[in-house]
Amino acid sequence: MRFSEAWLREWVNPPVDTQQLADQLSMAGLEVDAVEPAAPAFSGVRVGLVLSVAPHPDAAKLRVCSVDVGEDEPLQIICGAANVAEGLKVPVATIGACLPGDFKIKRAKLRGIESFGMICSASELGLAESSDGILPLPADAPLGEDFRTWLALDDFCVEVDLTPDRGDCLGLAGLAREVAVINRVPLTPLAIAPVPATREDRFPVRLMAPEACPRYVCRVIRAIDGQAVTPMWMRERLRRGGLRSISPVVDVTNYVLLELGQPMHGFDLAKLSGEIRVRLAGEGESLALLNGEQATLRADTLVIADAERAVALAGVMGGAETSVGPETRDVLLESAFFAPIAISGKARRYGLHTDSSHRFERGVDPQLQVRAIERATRLLLDIVGGEPGPVVEVSSQSHLPCAEPLPLRAERVSRILGLRLSAETIEDILERLGMIIERREDGWLVRPPSARFDLVREVDLIADIGRIHGYDLIPVSHASSASVTKSDAETSFDLDRARLALVDRGFQEVITYSFVSPEIQALVEPDARTLRLANPLSAELSVMRTSLWPGLLQTAAYNRARQMERIRIFETGLRFRTGTDGLEQTPGVGGLAMGGTLPEQWGQKSSPVDFHDLKADVEALLALTGTAERFRFVAAEHPALHPGQTARIERDGEPVGLMGMLHPSLAAKLDFDADVFLFELDIAPLGSGLLPRYAKISRFPGIRRDLAILVDREVSYDAVSRCVRSVASELLRELILFDVYTGQNIDSGRKSLALGLILQSSSQTLTEGLIEETVERILERLATELGARLRD
Amino acid sequence: MAEQTGLGIDSLQAAAIASIAQAADSMALDQARVRYLGKSGELTVLLKQLGTLPVAERPAAGQAINLAKDAVQRAIDERKSVLETAALAARLAAERIDVTLPGRGQRPGGLHPVTRALRRIERLFANAGFVVVEGPEVEDAYHNFEALNIPEHHPARAMHDTFYFDRDRLLRTHTSPVQIRVMEEQAPPLKVIAPGRVYRCDSDLTHTPMFHQVEGLLVDEQVSFADLKGVLYDFLTNFFERDLKLRFRPSYFPFTEPSAEVDIQCVMCDGAGCRVCKQTGWLEVLGCGMVYPEVFRHVGIDPERYLGYAFGMGVERLAMLRYGIDDIRLNFENDLRYLRQFA
Repeated sequence: MRFSEAWLREWVNPPVDTQQLADQLSMAGLEVDAVEPAAPAFSGVRVGLVLSVAPHPDAAKLRVCSVDVGEDEPLQIICGAANVAEGLKVPVATIGACLPGDFKIKRAKLRGIESFGMICSASELGLAESSDGILPLPADAPLGEDFRTWLALDDFCVEVDLTPDRGDCLGLAGLAREVAVINRVPLTPLAIAPVPATREDRFPVRLMAPEACPRYVCRVIRAIDGQAVTPMWMRERLRRGGLRSISPVVDVTNYVLLELGQPMHGFDLAKLSGEIRVRLAGEGESLALLNGEQATLRADTLVIADAERAVALAGVMGGAETSVGPETRDVLLESAFFAPIAISGKARRYGLHTDSSHRFERGVDPQLQVRAIERATRLLLDIVGGEPGPVVEVSSQSHLPCAEPLPLRAERVSRILGLRLSAETIEDILERLGMIIERREDGWLVRPPSARFDLVREVDLIADIGRIHGYDLIPVSHASSASVTKSDAETSFDLDRARLALVDRGFQEVITYSFVSPEIQALVEPDARTLRLANPLSAELSVMRTSLWPGLLQTAAYNRARQMERIRIFETGLRFRTGTDGLEQTPGVGGLAMGGTLPEQWGQKSSPVDFHDLKADVEALLALTGTAERFRFVAAEHPALHPGQTARIERDGEPVGLMGMLHPSLAAKLDFDADVFLFELDIAPLGSGLLPRYAKISRFPGIRRDLAILVDREVSYDAVSRCVRSVASELLRELILFDVYTGQNIDSGRKSLALGLILQSSSQTLTEGLIEETVERILERLATELGARLRD
Repeated sequence: MAEQTGLGIDSLQAAAIASIAQAADSMALDQARVRYLGKSGELTVLLKQLGTLPVAERPAAGQAINLAKDAVQRAIDERKSVLETAALAARLAAERIDVTLPGRGQRPGGLHPVTRALRRIERLFANAGFVVVEGPEVEDAYHNFEALNIPEHHPARAMHDTFYFDRDRLLRTHTSPVQIRVMEEQAPPLKVIAPGRVYRCDSDLTHTPMFHQVEGLLVDEQVSFADLKGVLYDFLTNFFERDLKLRFRPSYFPFTEPSAEVDIQCVMCDGAGCRVCKQTGWLEVLGCGMVYPEVFRHVGIDPERYLGYAFGMGVERLAMLRYGIDDIRLNFENDLRYLRQFA
């Protein structure tokens, strides 16, 4: 809602300046978005009268005008506008004037003829975005008067961004009441006298959907002057309210909309047939709208119809066929109350949003219709003349909103606000807000004004009391309330700790969109069933990710394209998978590594990162659960990964994640020029960690035996390690793999593993005999189970 | 006296001390020791020959030889100490390094600025006794709207720019549905915050289609708007680590009443007016209010017995103000040159 400050001050004129007024409105919950001058700065422009117009001898498009600006002598001014004419009142920038943009008017010669000023267009005065020719002024504009003074342009346009509950402030009347309440100053109400009918024309009205339209008021006005134009003062107020002047009938309805908040409509009476029927549309019924669109209506849409067809989308927009035009002589003015629930969402459905629908959706005062039509009649008659018929009002009382009075308990006011207010203060605020109150034992019974759709519960009244009293007067309390100490289990997975672990290991956290392009999603998980947005911003952001990898891969590609050689990134967040039980939203942590093992530096050789480098990072995360030994990395396959370098990560046999090298063909598709390694873990199954349990430290020395064994290349280290552990059982304190070798001096199908066994007993010093015997048993088992033999 | 014995002890001692002084290293020093003090060293031999002297001369000669041996031994010890000191000094000199060379090894990465801000927010509220809870990001219309008193076609719903999957499923537009889920599952008293991703179908210079919010909810028997002011005042002054002016501006949210938007004095210009605060001196940082009775009714909490407050804030907004970031979109471009600034 945008309005002229000067206009508001005609209603209520508190002793505060513009900025204070704006602050007051904001602090009363009517947020002021902008305060702008009604016109840019300019000076030296006066109302002039064009006395004569003669062609310029040397320029076809220029005219030599003689213009009276109220001085002794008329001024000779060269003008290029096509619409300059003898007898026209115009704004004239005289010598010394300064126009917007610091444009100074000087004596000038145009094609050899002197010009002593400039006749201005609306845009040159900053009153319009563009204009076609000079600005013609009404004949009664006072000759010689300063143009700024005459139009009272030293005014401000105030833009308030109203919350949807305050439909009552979508008119100057409502805003003025708020300003009066805040400042405790009187409100000068607008005197609206009924305009007596001069003829007996009544247009019949039938309310066929009274729950959607419980009140319809209309009035016939015949024989209006089609030549009349909207007066300058009204056009200016509309302009300052953000509306364009169109025609007297439309301008008057818009003026009343701004002034009282009542949306109105004018029909060309000659084009209406029979009667007004306020009814629901027929399914598929067609209506040509004022904006040139053809709407195909749904059956739940309220329309204004005549005896034959729909003529307006009720509360949203009029129809084209019955609209008022220059040839219109007889008008039917409409001022109706439509229930918010009937209008809500309808404009949007037809791709519309109008000043009218905006107000009806939020609620228009159901008691306002007759006053509004009387006001509009008066304004219209003053401009276009005509003969009004009587006001026709058709209402369905039972369907009109009639707010029950609300009980208000004094105790509740102080309990909710945390502030004790006297009964007098509360009553004063309520009464200033126009509520009718009745005292009761524990408080009051309050009847809010009919325009206040937002006051439906006791707490709404309490909020209003707080608002008018001032939120800043409510104390700041540091009372400690409910302490609810239900903290996480100590063994639960600490995601924050995991993030920091990755950060300490060189990873940078990233946050990517949860929706990705279907292409990359299909590359990474071609078999996953995805969830697709019905209204994505773009195809690139249309599918919910089922994995963190698409975002990580795109981020890596983005940074690789910006000369980042070494990339370590991770992300945590939900993945959205559609499974047999429906949609699952599971939290995960995923990471990506490419480039060298270490940042480039002196004294350290960096080799390209490989599977086992990243595995160490993953193991560091798994170790945070305190159950590192329960995890296994099992060779596996995944469509996005290298089939020989993929591991499924299991805990006690249950899969908890995946890691591996990005498949070379995928890497090529994504234009990566180096190997990329990825991991992803489900967080939920990591949740049940183990509480540490103290075990005695052995007092006896440990001894180390190193073994180099040869096994077939296919034999996994995991198998070797399990075999060793199963034999040595509790004697084995630690198993160290300190070398893996293939190549020279080794059979090509075999590999050498160098194992360090640290043996220790908790009850005795190990004898040489026991050690030898244990090592023998280990070698025996390795030989029988895995075909291993001691390397020579 | 030694001269009297005619054994030449003095000159032997002098020769020994001279050769010790000349010893350039521990090996030369040891050779000198062997030559004079060894088993067949010259001084040792003298001592052995003591028996050849007349009995009367023996004590004096013995004493003289022993004095000479002591003197030589002292000289060896001193020389040894000098040589060791010199050797250590030489080693230390040889081992001098350039301490300004950079350290080796892995370099730490960093947290995303949004996470960094989020951790701080969570910690501040945890100190005040709030427990972190989470909820789904793909929500149903009931939890995202209806239960929060935003029925279909409510103007507030149109303002949410919702991403839909179908009639009922959508991406949550705020973290407020977590309020509902918590109240459905737990009985009061409640004191929770719900951080997380939220989504709006909007993308321009100042909007990204995904961003983060933190929702707060407290439900108890004695809670007032004054308490809400207190908790937010404490949070904001701690978050920005300065004493800030706050203003609570009446506003409207369908799920709270009274409702307010909270402005802080601009942290960029201290309220003098700048580009960031659009010359107003104030920055809107969060929305809050007292839980609307209708919301309590939806989750079966008695609105006569219990009261509650709720608040919601945009994490990017707070992070940007805190770290001086001027473009929200940077947060999701994930340019490492940007992200590394927040380690």
